[in-house]
Amino acid sequence: MKSHAMCSNMVRCLGDGNTSLQKLATSIVFFFCLSDVSCNSVEQKIYVELNNTVPCVRLLNATHQIGCQSSISGDTGVIHVLESEADLEWPLSKGPNPPYMVLLESSLFTRSIMMKMKNESNRVAGVAVVVPNTSPPEFSPHTTCPNENTGVYSDNYGPNLAHCNTTVWNPRGNGLSYEEFDFPVFSLKEDNETEFIKQCYLDHNRAVNGSAPQYPLCAMQLFSHMHAVTNTPTCMRRNDINFSINPEMVCDPLGDYNVWGSIRPYNDTVFGHKENESVVIAAARLDSRAFFWEVSTGAEGSVSGFVTLLAAAQALREVTHEAPPTRNILFAFFQGETFDYIGSSRMVYDMENGKFVIDLDNIHSVLEIGQVAVHSGTNLFLHSDPVSRRNNTVNDEVREELFSSFFVFLLVEPNVSQPLPPSSLQRFLRAQPIPGIVLADHESAFNNRYYESFYDNAANLNLTYPSDLSPEEQLEFVTDTAKSLTDVATVVARALYKQAGGNESLVNNIKADPKIVTQMLYGFLVSSNNSWFQACHKHTGRYGVLGYLGLHCFVFFCLLEPSPPEYYYLLANLTGAATNLTQSQCQKPDELPNESRQMYSYLWVQGIVPPNSTERDSFCVRASVRLTKAVSPAFELGEYASKDYSTWTESRWKFIKARIFLVASRDLEMLTLGVGVAVLFTSLLVTYFISTKADVLFSSTREPASAAY
Amino acid sequence: MTAAVFFGCAFIAFGPAFSLFIFTIAKDPLRVIILIAGAFFWLVSLLLSSLVWFIATKATNAQDLTLQKNLLIFGSIFSVILQEVFRFAYYRLLRKANEGLAAISEEDGPPLSVREMAYVAGLGFGIMSGAFSMINTLSDSLGPGTVGMFGDSQYYFITSALMTLALTMLHTFWGVVFFEGCERKRWWVIAVVLCVHLMVFSLSLLNPFYVGSILPVYAIMLLMAVWAFFSSGGSLHNITLLWTCRKSNTETSS
Repeated sequence: MKSHAMCSNMVRCLGDGNTSLQKLATSIVFFFCLSDVSCNSVEQKIYVELNNTVPCVRLLNATHQIGCQSSISGDTGVIHVLESEADLEWPLSKGPNPPYMVLLESSLFTRSIMMKMKNESNRVAGVAVVVPNTSPPEFSPHTTCPNENTGVYSDNYGPNLAHCNTTVWNPRGNGLSYEEFDFPVFSLKEDNETEFIKQCYLDHNRAVNGSAPQYPLCAMQLFSHMHAVTNTPTCMRRNDINFSINPEMVCDPLGDYNVWGSIRPYNDTVFGHKENESVVIAAARLDSRAFFWEVSTGAEGSVSGFVTLLAAAQALREVTHEAPPTRNILFAFFQGETFDYIGSSRMVYDMENGKFVIDLDNIHSVLEIGQVAVHSGTNLFLHSDPVSRRNNTVNDEVREELFSSFFVFLLVEPNVSQPLPPSSLQRFLRAQPIPGIVLADHESAFNNRYYESFYDNAANLNLTYPSDLSPEEQLEFVTDTAKSLTDVATVVARALYKQAGGNESLVNNIKADPKIVTQMLYGFLVSSNNSWFQACHKHTGRYGVLGYLGLHCFVFFCLLEPSPPEYYYLLANLTGAATNLTQSQCQKPDELPNESRQMYSYLWVQGIVPPNSTERDSFCVRASVRLTKAVSPAFELGEYASKDYSTWTESRWKFIKARIFLVASRDLEMLTLGVGVAVLFTSLLVTYFISTKADVLFSSTREPASAAY
Repeated sequence: MTAAVFFGCAFIAFGPAFSLFIFTIAKDPLRVIILIAGAFFWLVSLLLSSLVWFIATKATNAQDLTLQKNLLIFGSIFSVILQEVFRFAYYRLLRKANEGLAAISEEDGPPLSVREMAYVAGLGFGIMSGAFSMINTLSDSLGPGTVGMFGDSQYYFITSALMTLALTMLHTFWGVVFFEGCERKRWWVIAVVLCVHLMVFSLSLLNPFYVGSILPVYAIMLLMAVWAFFSSGGSLHNITLLWTCRKSNTETSS
């Protein structure tokens, strides 16, 4: 960035010099700034770009739009740092320079303050929330009853259990994520940029002794214009308008891929019901969300669950090779469960319509791993659906086989009349009464204090490492959290093996590996750019954004083949087998006699670097692991106003940025304009006058041509 | 700083040049050509001097701020000298062209006197110089923000425009005086013009102390205006003549 440094040197050297200096500088700045995109010295004196900001974006469903929107040329407001809730009356009513850009500490980011600002939104240009490094006592922007309209409980099925009438699952939820704001809301980190903003506010915007602050005032401008409006049917209709060669898309359906794997492989081309096939499904969810875009890690909400299931899958690998159980075990990882069960509803839909390798009738039972970050005590709770339990045959299976499969933890069955928590099992039950259990660490309401929030991170799981470790050592260090999750994984693996009718005497040999669990926790919660993930992956590329529902259509372009997610490679590595195939054979295994791409997936992974060389030990992994599309059936069927399936879409936008600057008073601007107009008119008059009288004034212009030249 | 400031500063900086162009230059295509060529000559002089500065900065340490500032000052002085050199070169070119134009013109004698060419050439230099000073700043004045975050004065835009206005007019007057001096073989005029140009440049270094830079520059501009008036054939007698003519006109017409 040498040329950029030169440009900033230019700024300091110039002061604001004019005449020759500025002419020279302008030409030079233009000259060698052809290579540097933004090298405008006056612009650097005015604007400070904010780089570490995260916006809140707009999402739409069949009936509503949620999220935030700015105007197309950005929203500008005078910065006001809010000190308390009572201080709100300055931006909302008392302040003399509306609109205001309100800067909030995270402790003030509450529902009441946001709703007050929403009601007076003509005086509020936007909100910036400073997110600290330490979490508040509790915060959940999600609703109190997640996915209440797309679960299994409705007016027809357990009406007294629907809409959280008996148990409120997320009592701390304030529902902010599902409100609509017509001003932009950005989040800032607690760093130098935010300090600079606060300093700017203190220097220019403070009212001294009740009098209005003097111009120039410090202001902020936020750009986050969203293209989609109203609801999903509207934006999908606008997507289809074909006016030009490059049609502008305004929104994209949320969706990604589900990952599933099985002990015994299935032929990927044979769909529908399979005779005499009985499958135990072990499910977990992959995704989470937050109020702001893409900053969700979902440590307790989702990572605890799927890491446990991945570890259980790995624990079962050996014993199922030695003594295969009677029933097959299918590990399913669902994407998009936060947004009305996108992944699980799609899998159920595929099963119902014969587009999946098995059928709903093939399912013996379902074991789902919910939020299992066991914080205190050793209790795990087995939730089941009371309505389907009333059916006696289902009741017997649930009672005898599932409940007897657990040990180690104190397993408790909550109150018989409590409904299932929000889980993918509910979508299976919507289709057919299937015995199922959801394993969780909460008896009724969630223990997670930061459900679907940006604070649900490694600290929420008490994931702490000793301070003197290098990143490689941290990767290998087995934390207490990892140990407790490993125990849960062992329990799950043993239960699954027994469920699937395996050899009882071998059950005690099944143990999950704490090293794998801690490596996964490190990779998903601390740093995904570590050696183990790199060894499992096919290239050292981007690992995508973990947790947030990956859209493979971004602002302007759609990736033709989205890169398979981390979990896919992990599941393949943990349950598959290494082979001797070369890289070209790995890409075309059908040419070999014993290998078949229909039965297995073949992945070329990088492998680890052996101690004495620099080349990676790459190899081909063969695993019965597949990706299936996780886009809501509503988009397949074209029913954008569907009440049965998820209809969530995310709006598109052109650019998102934020900057701060000083604004001048209206009086000075008008003075400038007035002076300019006066100068123009005066010069027009004077010039006209002089030019008409030029022959009088410059009398010697008409000298004869023979003057001395 | 929004559209009001944009238009205000644009009118301040380019208003007089615009009105001069409309009323005196636009009617005559030959004058337009000389204006554009003058602007081009100024542009070439700036390009060459900036090349020198560019090479100098690339060859030295970019982190040394005082050295860079000194290089900038050196480069600017070199640019001032080069501009005057190009003004002289343009004078020679116009003299040569004048003979050719006289040969092909329908009237007896050259279509443009040297005085007219001097004025047009000066205005050409002034317009191009003003454009380079101001256009960049004008484009930034359209946005919502104003200068001042890092301690600069909030009157930056207005003072830039005023300075540009002064510079445009100064170039015009220098053109008149310079050509007249060359005609009469008074070489000290060239030296004086060069010195005044350097003085204006060094006054601009005083920014943001605007009282110390803008007021003296405007004073110099007024002095140069008077000098240019006298050297292009005006006199006090003509002004009194103008006044009495108007008086008699109003008397006769009323």
